Amino acid sequence: MFFEEAEELLEALTEGLGELENDTQNMDVVNAVFRAVHSIKGGAGAFALDDLVDFAHKFETVMDQIRGQSLDIDSDLMRVLHKSGDQLCDLVEAARDDTAFDVDARNNTLRELEPYLDEIPDEEIAFDSLSLEFDAAPIQDLESIPIETVETDLEERTKNIYFIKLETNNKLYQIGHEPLYLFDQLSELGEIDIHLDETSVPKFNELEKDHHLSWKIKISSVHKEPEILSVFEFIVDLCNIDITKEASHLYESNISSDIIEPNINEKNPKIINLDEKKDFSTARPSSNQKPPETKTQKATLRVDLERVDRLINNVGELIINQAMINQCVEKLQLPPTSQIMNEIEEYKLLARDIQEGVMAIRAQPVKPLFQRMGRIVREAAEATGKKARLVTIGESTEVDKTFIERLADPLTHMIRNAIDHGLEDSINREDAGKNPVGTIHLSAVHRSGNVILEVSDDGAGINRKRVQEKAIAKGLISSDAELTDNEIDNLLFLPGFSTASQVSSLSGRGVGMDVVKNAVQQLGGRISVTSNFGKGSTFSIVLPLTLAVMDGFVISVANQTMVVPISSIIETVAASRNSIHTIGQDERLLFLRGKYIPIINIADSLKLSHSHQQDIKNYLIVKNESFGACALEIQEIHDQRQIVVKNLETQYCSIPEISAATILGDGKIALILDTDEITRRNFS
Amino acid sequence: MSTKILAIDDSRTIRELLRVAIETAGFSYDCGIDGKDGIQKFTEFNPDLVITDINMPNMNGFEVIETLRSEKIKTTIPIIVLTTEFSTEMKERARNCGASAWIVKPFDENNLISIIRRLVG
Repeated sequence: MFFEEAEELLEALTEGLGELENDTQNMDVVNAVFRAVHSIKGGAGAFALDDLVDFAHKFETVMDQIRGQSLDIDSDLMRVLHKSGDQLCDLVEAARDDTAFDVDARNNTLRELEPYLDEIPDEEIAFDSLSLEFDAAPIQDLESIPIETVETDLEERTKNIYFIKLETNNKLYQIGHEPLYLFDQLSELGEIDIHLDETSVPKFNELEKDHHLSWKIKISSVHKEPEILSVFEFIVDLCNIDITKEASHLYESNISSDIIEPNINEKNPKIINLDEKKDFSTARPSSNQKPPETKTQKATLRVDLERVDRLINNVGELIINQAMINQCVEKLQLPPTSQIMNEIEEYKLLARDIQEGVMAIRAQPVKPLFQRMGRIVREAAEATGKKARLVTIGESTEVDKTFIERLADPLTHMIRNAIDHGLEDSINREDAGKNPVGTIHLSAVHRSGNVILEVSDDGAGINRKRVQEKAIAKGLISSDAELTDNEIDNLLFLPGFSTASQVSSLSGRGVGMDVVKNAVQQLGGRISVTSNFGKGSTFSIVLPLTLAVMDGFVISVANQTMVVPISSIIETVAASRNSIHTIGQDERLLFLRGKYIPIINIADSLKLSHSHQQDIKNYLIVKNESFGACALEIQEIHDQRQIVVKNLETQYCSIPEISAATILGDGKIALILDTDEITRRNFS
Repeated sequence: MSTKILAIDDSRTIRELLRVAIETAGFSYDCGIDGKDGIQKFTEFNPDLVITDINMPNMNGFEVIETLRSEKIKTTIPIIVLTTEFSTEMKERARNCGASAWIVKPFDENNLISIIRRLVG
């Protein structure tokens, strides 16, 4: 629970630090960052993650000083803040995985953080330790600790902290006073921390004797002293009560009243027993009473990913089932107006709705993934001594959760590569007339049913001569091979290729671009690179939008049933012989509305045997990002329907031009064509 | 079962005002029309909290409190005194009898409920 929260908080933290970089004066952001650190500290304290608490506390203190405007953010502090944020991530991660963290790195960061630390007043430390005494609270109740959410600055600034010392006696209970209810009411005035001096609790056999219980209460409230004291109005002259105000304080108690209450209940039964004749129904109504709801919660639900996946799988089966029913009913040749046809239509729509809804559950914005890359850029830049900044585009683009998880490593690697090999150092950059700070662009867009992720740098571009020499030297290609620029660029993806003349700390990890390529292919995607010498390189990853279901055209090619994703088709054309023109030996063009479009015969490109004898030909017009429109010649178009994508790689192996397979309504397997790859292969 | 509150007051208006305030707040309500009736209702209704007037026929408020706290009944439930005139001296006397809290008439509904909650949660 804590770690899930912490992850969200860290995300907010990273985001906040990013924003601060652009606007160091934005107090909203400063506050947001402060709260994130503070909440992590609070949560960590509840689990006695001392290292985390210590570090977060220092970090928090620095943020607090920025908040109090006693510290200005300069570029150096900004760097330290980023580093601290990263360090906090590491500590949380180490705590989550229960592994040891890098003590040196932590100490390093602390050393950089410390010059910014003012003396921490002793009382503050005392406070933290005081509230930490409540760690013994039942763990399950931690869920009820609200994450501190936005409170108005005004409120926070005018919050006062009062210490109340209360000594209660038997007399109080005899006339029907119960401190528990007073505390309940007190908690409505602000956040309270209550501590009972356990030594004052009488032993069971001494209950009849006169005794005094002493309580220490810390309340942080916007209310004035008289209002707080008014809660004790009727008991002030029955017991000892002492209230002291502490100077306006920015620290809030780590544990809210919500959690204190069960604690009191636990510590209290003895007190209630003091009055043996006391009716218990009167003594404990508060256990039925809900703690005051102070914060509105965001209406989200955490669900085990496994359950969602199971659901997705079932929805896939449902759609296959629907297709099968459909096929059965069609065989009956019922009139289209019959009720069953209508119901089946309805069923189809519902199944589609369910499927879209389920996929939406899994879809997540790439933002957290991109945010993590900010750190990679900073670290890589520091390690190489180059200057680099990250610009992200399309953070809100939603992709399947699996992609987000499994793209982290490939992206990390691509970004490291871009900085290590792509960017020049600042001197060379200035000589080339570029900004000394290199820019890494990271973008995500949805395009024709795919998600396209691009990592581009404005560095020197791929040195093709060197790449080729290297490949020859490594025996990856023969020395007389004639390669196009594109082919040379793609040599980078060959296993065991590295252009860095020296093995640096970043690239010397034995992981090449081939690993990235494999990872992307495992996700059903493709990776390619384009480069402009002197201007930079762009690595593009093309991934399918969803993993499970898509809309497709069921077609036949050389008497084989196949499926083409509808998203890749612009239009379908039935063309007569007249509109087909032949150039050279077997280059054919389709004349469509005044334009000539190259024709690709799918059967040919899949090397299926077929006859050309057909007067009217059917074409699917598709558009490839780099080569423009082309017409795919097919035998026939049968149907348009939803298909459940079944991965081929796990069952068989990866085949270029075939992206996956599906099961049709009649139970037959049909291959799903990768039109992009088909056109690409035909043109290059 | 909701918290039961017994009011003892000779004024019908006050009894009805209290009924509205108390029942709205979600408590059960019953009332006695004078001191004696109040004690009778106490034994029947078995309340969790008592609100009593001071100036009433057939046992005044002080006597009611004393009776409730006496060895015979010896209740430890909270007792709120609700009365028009309330000097420090009267407060002291009520306290000595065993009153838990006091409210001066005319009472503010919210304040009343807040005090009730302070006593019975």
